[in-house]
Amino acid sequence: MRTRIRAVAAIAALALATAGCAEDTTTTPGATTGTGEIKSGLKVAFLPKQVNNPYFTTSDNGGKSAVEEFKGTYSETGPSEASPSAQVSYINTLSQQKTDVIVVSANDKDAICGALNEARQAGAKVVTFDSDTKPSCRDLFINQATAEGIAKIQIKLIADAIGADGGEIAILSATANATNQNAWIEMMKTELAKPEYAKLKLVDTVYGDDQDQKSFTETQALLAKHPNLKGIISPTTVGVAAAARYLSGSTYKGKVQLTGLGTPNQMRAYVKDGTVKAFALWNPADLGYLAAYAGGALASGLITGKEGEKFKAGKLGEFTVGKDATVLLGDPFTFNASNIEQFNF
Amino acid sequence: MNDSAKAKRILGSWDAFVLLALVAVAIVGALTIDGVASPRFWRFVTLEAIPIALIALPMTLVVITGEIDLSVASVLGLSCTVMGQMWVWGVTSLPTLIAICLLLGAALGAVNGLFITGFGLPSLAVTIGTLALYRGLAYVVLGDRAVADYPQTWTAAAIKPIPGTTIPWVILVVAVLAVVFAIVLHATPVGRGLYAMGNNAEAARFAGVKVRLTKFWLFVITGAMSALAGVFWTLRFASARADNGTGLELAVVAAVLLGGVSIFGGRGGLLGVLAAVALLGVLRNGLQLADVPANALTVITGSLLIASVVGPNVVRMLRERLRRRRTTASPIAPTS
Repeated sequence: MRTRIRAVAAIAALALATAGCAEDTTTTPGATTGTGEIKSGLKVAFLPKQVNNPYFTTSDNGGKSAVEEFKGTYSETGPSEASPSAQVSYINTLSQQKTDVIVVSANDKDAICGALNEARQAGAKVVTFDSDTKPSCRDLFINQATAEGIAKIQIKLIADAIGADGGEIAILSATANATNQNAWIEMMKTELAKPEYAKLKLVDTVYGDDQDQKSFTETQALLAKHPNLKGIISPTTVGVAAAARYLSGSTYKGKVQLTGLGTPNQMRAYVKDGTVKAFALWNPADLGYLAAYAGGALASGLITGKEGEKFKAGKLGEFTVGKDATVLLGDPFTFNASNIEQFNF
Repeated sequence: MNDSAKAKRILGSWDAFVLLALVAVAIVGALTIDGVASPRFWRFVTLEAIPIALIALPMTLVVITGEIDLSVASVLGLSCTVMGQMWVWGVTSLPTLIAICLLLGAALGAVNGLFITGFGLPSLAVTIGTLALYRGLAYVVLGDRAVADYPQTWTAAAIKPIPGTTIPWVILVVAVLAVVFAIVLHATPVGRGLYAMGNNAEAARFAGVKVRLTKFWLFVITGAMSALAGVFWTLRFASARADNGTGLELAVVAAVLLGGVSIFGGRGGLLGVLAAVALLGVLRNGLQLADVPANALTVITGSLLIASVVGPNVVRMLRERLRRRRTTASPIAPTS
């Protein structure tokens, strides 16, 4: 994301903007006037997979604070059930309301394409976040994390939790053929091969199939099979919550470390009772915040979605558009006892 | 019956009430909500109404006979997934795919019909069962995959407007089918038989109406029409998924009941139902444009459904009471 890619075909305004903010990317931004700023008065609408979902409430509130910073009009709308056809109806509504930016998490990467393209023909810019559509149906996708970023943080967290002596670790995954899980596990193995993790030894990978009961019993079996196990990584929200529940009620609590990808609401109790020291996920509020700024930059003509273009996203700093019109949020966010109370999703 | 009495009967009917409500909502919407007056609004409303109307046509007939089919949305979903799987397996002719889907839908409807007429089971129970069963089978066929690589020409054709307008041409197919269903229901002995068996199946059978056979075929036709709606759904959204159309049966039943068809059978007509399909579509899209949140929309749709069950019955009760009072006053007054 923050890698310096040479600006391709930089517009004069864009060049000015990037030069202007190069020395300062942390102060509250937004409404300062000048070339290359986001236009004020933009209508930005967030369309989550469904409303009444705490994850999206958090991300959309992040978007709201961004829209307020660049003095746009924020709205959130969406279906009460996560279905693509219901989402299409809301996209149609937004395009009739002449919304400038539609920020959407797609319920189906194909089914909402026609409606999105119709909205774009009517003048809207489309930013996807959390869950992408086909690249041809949107202007930008805000990617929450890369496989590499996820693998790195998982290994780092388990190494920190276990301590300098290291020991045996195991992975509790979702299903054996889940593409994303397997990509992460491969990356974790690469990460473990580094010298600083020489004392960690991966002894087993088991599959809880993203079912609570199965993940629970797999954790149980794992501990019975490997008496010297020091840590478990579960890069799935279902798995890590089930494993935490088992550990917290067993004699292994505090002796066998656990980390993974989890949500604060599911993990809060286990962080407080000491079963889990830290776990990771992206911060949905930042994701929504970045998506809103990206949409604002698109609608103001500062960027078009070409690889190498740069834009400023308020408190998060500067971002560069990557391949396939994708912007990466950054490294996953670490939740621990000191910050978990600030999150509700 | 003289002309003024006839006019009074038509004007006082539930059909007219729904039509008037539709016109009123459209006018008020166009005046107060930005965007309702635009041609694009009507294009979106039509696109949304097409699958509902396709299923509401046979559903009207089914409910008039005193039965119900709650499995329609699952038939739609299953036909979508089968169409997707066939495409993956290399069936690349659209007419063949449509034919396969229609046959599948008819077969699924026949299963419903067999249980209901063959074993004499209540349609409510049977079709709640097949609602779950067919949806389950849809997941067996595609799982959580989506088949979406249909040729652009197909998907574009599905939503192509009638030249010179924004209204999708598929509405013409719906219109032709609506005329066919209306003729059958309102102008043939078969149609009169449907009302008869809805009012009193026993009496209808004695009068020579083939109750079981007719009902069986009604379920077959409902299955086929649901599958046709599934084909449209797949092409419109360019995506065959196992969860396509989940919950659509409620939209269909709501339209049929709001359209004045009695849930107890024997009463109602197609004009009211089609007006109700349009009314619900305009109302939903209009309120959405007015930024009414999804939760409130669900409450409104639910209330309308209740009102549509209660409304016509209350009107009928009041009218009957009024007539009884009149008949006691002048015993020779003609009954309508």
